[in-house]
Amino acid sequence: MESDFKKEHEKLLDLTKELMPQKFGRTGVIWVISLVVIIAIGLVAYIHQLSKGLIITDMRDYSSWGIYISNFVFFVAISLVGSLISAILKLTHAGWRTPLTRIAEVIAVSAIAFAGLTIIVDMGRPDRMINLFIHGRIQSPIIWDVLVVTTYLVISTLLLFIPLVPDIALCRETGVNPSFWNKKIFKFLSLNWKGKKSQFFLVHKSIRILAVLIIPVALGIHTVTSWLFATTFRSGWDSTNFGAYFVSGAFMLGAGAVIAAMFLIRRQYKLENHITDAHFDKMGKLLVLLSLVYLYFNINEYLVPAYKMKHGEAEHLNDLFTGHFSLMFWSVQFFGMILPIFVLISKKGRKPLPAFLISIMVIIGAWFKRFLIVTPTLLHPFVPIQNVPDAWKSYNPTWEEWSIAFATLAGACLLMTIFIRVFPIIPIWETAEERGIIVDTHEEK
Amino acid sequence: MIEEETNSRREFLEKSIVGGLTALSAASLFSSCHGDDVKETGEKVKLLSPDGTIVEVDSAYINTNIPELHLSEHNIREGVPGKKFVMVIDLSRCKNARKCKEGCSKMHFLPKERSYVKVEKMQDSEMAAPYWMPMTCFHCDNPPCTKVCPVDATYKLSDGIVSIDNNRCIGCRFCMVACPYSARIFNWGEELYGLNDAEAKAIPDHDACSSHKLGTVEKCDFCPQMGEKNELPDCVKACPNGVFYFGNEYDDAVTNGDETLQLSELLKTKAAFRYLEELGTKPRVYYLPPVNRLFPFKDSEESKNS
Repeated sequence: MESDFKKEHEKLLDLTKELMPQKFGRTGVIWVISLVVIIAIGLVAYIHQLSKGLIITDMRDYSSWGIYISNFVFFVAISLVGSLISAILKLTHAGWRTPLTRIAEVIAVSAIAFAGLTIIVDMGRPDRMINLFIHGRIQSPIIWDVLVVTTYLVISTLLLFIPLVPDIALCRETGVNPSFWNKKIFKFLSLNWKGKKSQFFLVHKSIRILAVLIIPVALGIHTVTSWLFATTFRSGWDSTNFGAYFVSGAFMLGAGAVIAAMFLIRRQYKLENHITDAHFDKMGKLLVLLSLVYLYFNINEYLVPAYKMKHGEAEHLNDLFTGHFSLMFWSVQFFGMILPIFVLISKKGRKPLPAFLISIMVIIGAWFKRFLIVTPTLLHPFVPIQNVPDAWKSYNPTWEEWSIAFATLAGACLLMTIFIRVFPIIPIWETAEERGIIVDTHEEK
Repeated sequence: MIEEETNSRREFLEKSIVGGLTALSAASLFSSCHGDDVKETGEKVKLLSPDGTIVEVDSAYINTNIPELHLSEHNIREGVPGKKFVMVIDLSRCKNARKCKEGCSKMHFLPKERSYVKVEKMQDSEMAAPYWMPMTCFHCDNPPCTKVCPVDATYKLSDGIVSIDNNRCIGCRFCMVACPYSARIFNWGEELYGLNDAEAKAIPDHDACSSHKLGTVEKCDFCPQMGEKNELPDCVKACPNGVFYFGNEYDDAVTNGDETLQLSELLKTKAAFRYLEELGTKPRVYYLPPVNRLFPFKDSEESKNS
């Protein structure tokens, strides 16, 4: 019996060695340097904004929200994938999700952290942020958003960290990669993990509880974010559909983001044995389903008001369908939603490379989709825009705005990259359990 | 005898303090009544106390120098006591002279191209003649802007005014998005205001509810520092055509400076309406329809372009 356990543990350590984080090759280094450069440029732009005020943006009295807000919505949307993969697929017993859980969860945590940062960037007086806590009023949807986003960040971090604890202990045990920092950090983070039955019992139980808890919170973050718009009178936002519309779009974007991350990580770390073509096939199918749901809500959101062409709504819709924003609108609808459905519905389209290319399209489309939700509506207020400088009648983000927005996106990517470099991105003990390796080899004493 | 008289005066004084604002000014009339060096003239003056009794005092005790009340003397978050400000805008009188905008800009130390008042060219339908529509903040009784503010930096006062605390606003601009009338403007950057140091310092902090603070929201504040003194806001005074009527709803009276009218009667007989009434925001600014116009509609260069 004792030697059986030893054998099992050897198997586990072999798997750990296979899945240990690896040093980056040249591509990895170039990737990290580019991200750092983008972040540095964004920081310069933000310091400029702090000293001059929001005048350096192209936001003005009519287009009073711009790409900072649409970028915020994008981040909140993409973070929903954490709950999709770790909670919904877990509770529906989709066993194939195991190698993807950590990828999804790290996307969720990075995105939601930068969502918070993006909101601070958008504030006219970031120095007064403390007022949110001193003078916070519960009837404001912003306070709801602060509460629910913070809750989501906490639960997501736990969902990322708790399953990571046994893996950290395993990584430490292999003795591979024993740099001073790794040793210290891993020792601290493994929380005295021994691999006992009772410890695994606790981990399983907490993951299950968190998986249930995170679903309403995930629906909450994006529904509340949609209410930042839907609680106003503005044409294009004044919709009871908005919560469901936003949530469905978020799941679709999240699935796209996971496919893109899967592809890149598998390529970089040569994880073909773990992230298989079958995973792309399954995720591709899931993305088709989610795109169809989103298509349904898009038809609701645009076709029903377009049928009536109510005064006010009509100007907004005409601008989207045939006017100033039409090229962007139709590109986003076609490349970001219709084309993915048609490509991924075929088996060939769900091969890794085409699925990856489609997922990139979905992500870019989703970013511009949020721009199309925020900006055109603001440029069509009830009171016609008159007697303001011509530049105020349109919205063309300045280089500072683009730099800052890109810097936040790069920041989220860098956070994920660092995580992947330091921690095993494929859950080791969960993979071992799937393969029938006994993981709780330490007897209770 | 003299002792008794002093007592009754004291009693009267106490009562009048309870009586509120009117009493406050009455009290100031007697501010010198405790002084021993006052020489009685023997001339008695009859006064009506707030509770309706007539009292007789020596004219020597009457101090006619009523000190000016400053806005800072009442709670900035409660509003001017005894007032409920209301505005009526007569669309048949407006010819787009834009003096209201200038007056507002001057009063609030705003650059020329920026004002809390808008004058919009409106046209109800293709067949109808266009007209000019001045718009201030409507100080709604069901304000969508105050609801969404996360830090209580914009709020409704007892005098009907929707106010802004520019020392608390975090600049999230949610209120601007929530306002269906685009009444709010943002202090995007100092250079937009083009104020020199002296001008910037001349802005009384919190005296006018909207003070210029970088990165915060501003809007028409109904000039409460004028309303408190029973004076008219600058847009009303500046208008050469008497378009704006301003008043206290409790008095049921509004005035444009030339004529004073009964508010309820005016609203009823002239078929007053509120802009976008269907939104349920309950604006405190009423419009009289552009019928029997004083001026024919003449388009301006700016509006032709837009």
